[in-house]
Amino acid sequence: MLKWLIGLCLAVMALGASAPAFAGHPADCRVDGVSSDIAFPLEHVKQAIANKNLSILVIGTGSSQLGGSAQNAYPARLQAALNRMLPGVAVTVASDVAQRRTADTMVKAFPPALAAAKPNLVLWQTATVDAIQAVDPEQFSQALDKGVRLARAAGADVIFINPQYSPRTEYVIALGTYVENMRWVAVQQEVPVFDRFNLMKAWYERGTFDLYSTTKKLDMAGLVHDCLGRLLADLIVEAAKPDPAAIEKSK
Amino acid sequence: MGTDDCSGRSHDSRRLWPKQPTKEKRPMAPIPSERDLRLDLFRGLALWLIFLDHIPSNAVSWVTIRNYGFSDATEIFVFISGYTVAFVYGRAMQASGFIVAGARVIKRAWQIYVAHIFLFAIYLAEISWIAQSFENPLFTEEMGVLNFLKNPDVTIIQALLLKFKPVNMDVLPLYIVLLVGFPPFLWLLMRSANLALLASGAIYAVAYVLNWNLPAWPQGEWVFNPFAWQFLFIFGAWCALGGAARLSRTIGSPITLALAIAYLVFAFAIAMTWYFPALGVYVPRIISDNIYPIDKTDMDVLRVLHFLALAVVTVRLVPRDWPALKSPFFRPAILCGQHSLGIFCLGVFLSFAGHFVFTEVSNRIPVQFLVSLVGIAIMAGAAWLISWYKKIERQGPRPPVAKPGFAGGE
Repeated sequence: MLKWLIGLCLAVMALGASAPAFAGHPADCRVDGVSSDIAFPLEHVKQAIANKNLSILVIGTGSSQLGGSAQNAYPARLQAALNRMLPGVAVTVASDVAQRRTADTMVKAFPPALAAAKPNLVLWQTATVDAIQAVDPEQFSQALDKGVRLARAAGADVIFINPQYSPRTEYVIALGTYVENMRWVAVQQEVPVFDRFNLMKAWYERGTFDLYSTTKKLDMAGLVHDCLGRLLADLIVEAAKPDPAAIEKSK
Repeated sequence: MGTDDCSGRSHDSRRLWPKQPTKEKRPMAPIPSERDLRLDLFRGLALWLIFLDHIPSNAVSWVTIRNYGFSDATEIFVFISGYTVAFVYGRAMQASGFIVAGARVIKRAWQIYVAHIFLFAIYLAEISWIAQSFENPLFTEEMGVLNFLKNPDVTIIQALLLKFKPVNMDVLPLYIVLLVGFPPFLWLLMRSANLALLASGAIYAVAYVLNWNLPAWPQGEWVFNPFAWQFLFIFGAWCALGGAARLSRTIGSPITLALAIAYLVFAFAIAMTWYFPALGVYVPRIISDNIYPIDKTDMDVLRVLHFLALAVVTVRLVPRDWPALKSPFFRPAILCGQHSLGIFCLGVFLSFAGHFVFTEVSNRIPVQFLVSLVGIAIMAGAAWLISWYKKIERQGPRPPVAKPGFAGGE
């Protein structure tokens, strides 16, 4: 993992040095070592990149969408970032997103969603609604287990996306147990976790984004989702370890 | 928190108790005559840790024991509460009989219920404030947590029924249920302590097998399953009524100590893999497959063992007559432990307030330290104030003999 961290640091420095590619964005929303603790290998994704055709399915709830502007939400930003990073690979990102779904409810929707999208990778964003509704943590873990098995049986790798960090509601939603259980399931099932919670918390603490501000406008939310999309793309490419020829080095 | 008012009498227990006007009955079980200050000290420390743990994103909560093993401050708190409840009401039962002692236990439960509802009112105020002042398209999902404000008719009734318990407000309802269920155990403990402990263990085991728990609202079950947690509470009571003395040889044996230390080291190593997942690869598969989940709701056996190991080591390190227990250095924690109900409630309120400061003012690390320290100082100050009140009330116009009936149980 240390090697991976150093690699990430170098990549960050290289990016910073070579080109401020995203003018108008926070200089850098990367946080060393936070986006994922362990990058378990993503064999299906690696194969798909070699085949020049990568299909990703985002299964999520409210925080995977952004009002009416789907093009600014992280699934679309992820697709854009992967298109830049993997030239010559046809990347499609489909979404199965609906408000107020617990992990258990989502698992029930897995078979049709997997059959329709035939993904090589499932990005599974969940846990917030479970925490709000105080679902039995054991039931939550079992749902995660089942979802991973269904996705793998359908020929897809899985990455978990854990809850958002929300300073205003931090006191009210007991995310802790669910974030921990998600991590346990992830370690046991060898699923990488995109650690959105600690990432956003680091942004908030460093002042990258003021997640506390009150606004109806989408501008900050759009930037946050763009960062999430880009960092997800980094994690996917990092974990899949595709043939170096497939990645455009200069980016 | 069973025995706030014991507080006042920690020092003068020998002076006050014999003055009790009721006639002494034949002792049913041996009860130590003097209050063990270690109980107050560790309960006070547990209250501080609970306060620190309840402020979200508090850097200082890294000092709390939950990060270094399986059990946390809740176990300490429940065990010591069981111990002190048995100590106080066991004496009451000796002095005034089962009916009076039982009635006082129930009265205590009622006071805690009132305290819980008071905290709920504060919580509602905080939530309503957030709901009024917050809007951000990033967090539409999180705002769903406020939906319960839309139908207060149901919410408030569910809260009064102890089925709706907001985050971090699970300890008092557990305590209420433990107290309401305590009188029969007290009766049995005073007659056959071992039988009572056995019954308690049987309930723990049966509840585990049959998945007993109380229902919560809007769904799910209690975060602290009373059928499981009662075991630690009754074990505390059993220790108070002579069990600790019977165990002293076992506790004192070097083998027990070695086992306890070995287990603490094991738990520490496992806990480290939670924070440094890269270490996880060193945990043998057979261990990780068998220990998880380490469930807090049903008080997993691994947690109980961890607490017992901590207790064995602590009892060794801190003898009952340790002179430092009387030193001013430990006085604040001891005072807090002696007035645990009031200080617990204050701690919950202060953790609301601490979180408010983090979000509204600053959450830089020095501020987190400051907020944590100020919070503990306020808790200690309030505990001192409560004991001062108790003292002047005892010295007030009515003679002290009028008080013990009230003071004894509260």
